[in-house]
Amino acid sequence: MLTKRIIPCLDIKDGRTVKGVNFVNLRDAGDPVELAAQYASEQADELVFLDISATEQKRKTLADLVLRVAAAIDIPFTVGGGIISVSDVEILLKNGADKVSINSAAVKNPNLIDELANQFGSQCVVVAIDAKQINGQWKVHLVGGKVPTELNLFDWAKEVESRGAGEILFTSMDHDGTKQGFANEALAQLSEEINLPIIASGGAGKVSHFMDTFTYGKADAALAASVFHFGEIGIPELKKELKLQQVAVRLDG
Amino acid sequence: MVVAIIDYGAGNTKSLQFALDRLGVNNLLTSDADRIKNADKVIFPGQGAAGSAMKKLKHYNLDSLIIGLKQPVLGICLGMQLLCEHTEEGDVEGLGIIQGTVKRFTNEVKVPQMGWNSIHELNGPLFQGIENDSHMYLVHSYYVPKLHETVALCNYNGIYSVALQKNNFYGVQFHPEKSSSKGQLLLNNFLNLER
Repeated sequence: MLTKRIIPCLDIKDGRTVKGVNFVNLRDAGDPVELAAQYASEQADELVFLDISATEQKRKTLADLVLRVAAAIDIPFTVGGGIISVSDVEILLKNGADKVSINSAAVKNPNLIDELANQFGSQCVVVAIDAKQINGQWKVHLVGGKVPTELNLFDWAKEVESRGAGEILFTSMDHDGTKQGFANEALAQLSEEINLPIIASGGAGKVSHFMDTFTYGKADAALAASVFHFGEIGIPELKKELKLQQVAVRLDG
Repeated sequence: MVVAIIDYGAGNTKSLQFALDRLGVNNLLTSDADRIKNADKVIFPGQGAAGSAMKKLKHYNLDSLIIGLKQPVLGICLGMQLLCEHTEEGDVEGLGIIQGTVKRFTNEVKVPQMGWNSIHELNGPLFQGIENDSHMYLVHSYYVPKLHETVALCNYNGIYSVALQKNNFYGVQFHPEKSSSKGQLLLNNFLNLER
């Protein structure tokens, strides 16, 4: 049976993890490679690296990091943050990234989705969508949720699917950082209207939130950052609990 | 021992090279006929669309080369699918080493299948030491139905072949290089096959 995925997200700036990380057994909590290896050993199913640096060196630094991550870990990982062109993607995939995530660039230039899908295959194209509710309507936002657009979440998700994306990473800006649970109603509607895997993001605070997003939210995967980084939820414990509650998860050996 | 990874511009071969590095095995990414023929083991990776992959193989004259290989060959993902004679993806002819047609998952399920699925009815040397119900990482929209050559099964939208074997040709639909310790074990089993 296909299992539900648990995905820690690492924010990266200038090649280092950004948010404080509270792992007692890491020598260098700021080293994304060491943190990635730790998560892989704890049976995280996948990793997402989100580069938020804005320097001119950014591309090279990120490409170098991808190479070091690929050398160290044997689970799939996605890289996102500031990707705007086919050539950006080419170097990241060549260096060992399994998937790339595009967000604002896809809204500004939807053809990028088609180009990436045609050149590299849909399987490596994740479109990240940040949205929040305005007057009861889910509106897509850009630049990390700062800039509102007129795009409706569900319309945009359908377009993304038809252009050849392989997966959607949906972050609810209304839920992100609240630790009150994922946007399960919108997630369930996405799963009903879209025939792509959906990653839930924004709102993870406790184990039951994951349970809820996999059942009520019909999510295929759940992404979180701080609850994992600060050790508030351990991935093995989370997976054991999900399994007890009859959610299919990978818990090997 | 030298492992040749067939280079025809297919997706993420870096992770495969790193996985072989971690196993301490000499490996090279090459499209050179002699180097492929002389390798102890050959890995045939694949990602992306079947049509463009077959075109590239033909362009480098690698299609007939692969069919004629005598050492153990491991097709991964699209590499496994192209061992078959035909695929619905773009209505393309494969290498025809194994009789069978690759089909698309129906829209009753999300396509592509993406993630870790459990594998069953494991047979043959590739799966030595790998328990039934182990999870492997898969990303694919097309699948190989159950065939005479099937050596492992998976279930998504029904039962299908997640591994094949015919003579010296092996294929796995999942990515062993991305499937953590079980994937590493499978790669190691492949490397330990007798010529």
